[in-house]
Amino acid sequence: MGLLSKKDAKLITDPLADNNPITIQVLGICSALAITAELEASIVMSIAVLFVLSVGNVVISLLRNIIPSKIRIIVQLIVVATLVIIVDLVLKAFAYELSKTLSVFVGLIITNCIIMGRFEAFALANAPGKAFLDGIGNSLGYAVILIIVGFFRELLGSGTLLGIQVLGDPIEKTGVYAFGYENNGFMLLAPMALVTVGIIIWVQRSRNTALVEDH
Amino acid sequence: MALKDNLHNLKEKFKGTKMSPVFGAFHTFLYMPNDTTQSGSHIRGADDLKRTMNMVIIALIPLLFFGMFNAGYQHHIATGEVEMVSSGFFSAEFWSLSNFWIGFWKILPLIIVSYVVGLGIEIFFAAKNGHEVEEGYLVTGILVPLIVPIDIPLWMLAVAVIFGVVIGKEVFGGTGMNILNPALLIRAFLFFAYPTWMSGDKVWVTGAVERTKEIADGAQLDAISGETILGALAQGQEVVYSTWDMFYGFIPGSVGETSTLLILLGALFLIFSKIGSWRIMLSSVVGALVMGFIFNQVIALGWIGESSKFYDLMNIEFWEHLLLGGFAFGAIYMATDPVTASQTNKGKWIYGFLIGFISILIRVFNPAYPEGVMLAILLMNVFAPTIDHYVVQGNVKRRQKRLKVKTV
Repeated sequence: MGLLSKKDAKLITDPLADNNPITIQVLGICSALAITAELEASIVMSIAVLFVLSVGNVVISLLRNIIPSKIRIIVQLIVVATLVIIVDLVLKAFAYELSKTLSVFVGLIITNCIIMGRFEAFALANAPGKAFLDGIGNSLGYAVILIIVGFFRELLGSGTLLGIQVLGDPIEKTGVYAFGYENNGFMLLAPMALVTVGIIIWVQRSRNTALVEDH
Repeated sequence: MALKDNLHNLKEKFKGTKMSPVFGAFHTFLYMPNDTTQSGSHIRGADDLKRTMNMVIIALIPLLFFGMFNAGYQHHIATGEVEMVSSGFFSAEFWSLSNFWIGFWKILPLIIVSYVVGLGIEIFFAAKNGHEVEEGYLVTGILVPLIVPIDIPLWMLAVAVIFGVVIGKEVFGGTGMNILNPALLIRAFLFFAYPTWMSGDKVWVTGAVERTKEIADGAQLDAISGETILGALAQGQEVVYSTWDMFYGFIPGSVGETSTLLILLGALFLIFSKIGSWRIMLSSVVGALVMGFIFNQVIALGWIGESSKFYDLMNIEFWEHLLLGGFAFGAIYMATDPVTASQTNKGKWIYGFLIGFISILIRVFNPAYPEGVMLAILLMNVFAPTIDHYVVQGNVKRRQKRLKVKTV
């Protein structure tokens, strides 16, 4: 890591595992449950959050000395809203089908707790460069979980990955379907997203017991 | 005694190793434990957790055998080899050995898969966490084959059992700590994951799915169709079974839930052996009757016409709901699970009543889920601690008031 100092690199690597926004801080769960039935949607959502969070963090960080603290939430909302509308319009223009799948959840990035959380906890107190790295790190941490969940839900629920039938054709009964395998329709419903995230949290905490909270 | 000593020696030999829970489990399954608690004061009772579980299993065995006969009977009716009987419970057409063997060879694998997979997970977690294997799965393991359609593929059952035991029980800390009834969770998982194998007119009679395939391949055969009564009613079809058939259980359905008569006997057994809570059983029956009665009145008042898709299910006599589907089985064997039900007596009345009430509500209003009792019990499992909380708080408040009156 010649490019970044050790401290800066930690801003990116920490949220990927030991301080993951979804599995450790348990933020941004709603979208993780709602749009992860397909891998493609998970990836697009991750990119959208990456854009909104990294740019938003920089903007808030630049404004941090002139925002009166009484109205900072409103300012933060305006910044997020602006960025989300940009993402929404870009998706509608260039990936209309996807924007229909993601539907309301692109708009709901505004309420994604990770974004407001990082603004409040980091961007308001740090320089733009650091805030940018923090934004990248946290949205990558979000993306990792979304993509893992999306991968398993699409693979087990529909037998496809990114729309490609990797397990064979369920109607023609080729591939694993020839042996009587069937898609698990439950994986496409939101409860199984919750269970999948729960299993990731379980695995992560049993590998690193320092993460287990005391009661 | 030789076996007991051998087991005990094995248990001692493996003490402290990863395998010790396995031998411990076999030992206590067959015999009383050798060592008892030495200190403190205890009330000695003849029944322990294991004995309780065994009583439930005994109450389920008649249903299991009935299910085997019924599986063959339904198959033979569908293939036209046997005429539908109406000569009472002991008709020879039903209790024939050829019926039994068909069911036996279909149901035995379900039981084996259920126990091997479920106990395998229990032993794995016991060895991993270093505690004794808990008895909780003994009942779940026999309940599961009884509440699934007979032709369910075995690998699906295995996947569902893994899900139910790991996510439903082990995650919460094992037997006694679970919020939801594991057997019902397993069924719910199957229901939502593989709906084509859990509902419709092809899964309740063994052989129907294969027959459909043969016909698709060009064989000149009649299709086997065995809709459950609830399924038929939800689609507005005519019901061909008499009320006595429903009561005896000579109808298609999940393996062990069709015979209301035998479930009733099982209920009496559970009540007299004080294993099952009669409050829950009674109140869920009352809840179902009340809801069914309300629906009957809605029809009688003419608020819903024959054109409504709910008409057929609303129109059946309110007491007939008790004979249909898995309601009786659920109310007697599932709702009374002491771990997931309400613990207080007043709470049990509320809990049971709502199970019955909601079961019939779901059954009538959501034709996609004709078996409402599964969802109703799972829902009330979640609310059981809340009900208990308010019952206890209400009691505390009442006594505080009394105290105040006294001191004033």
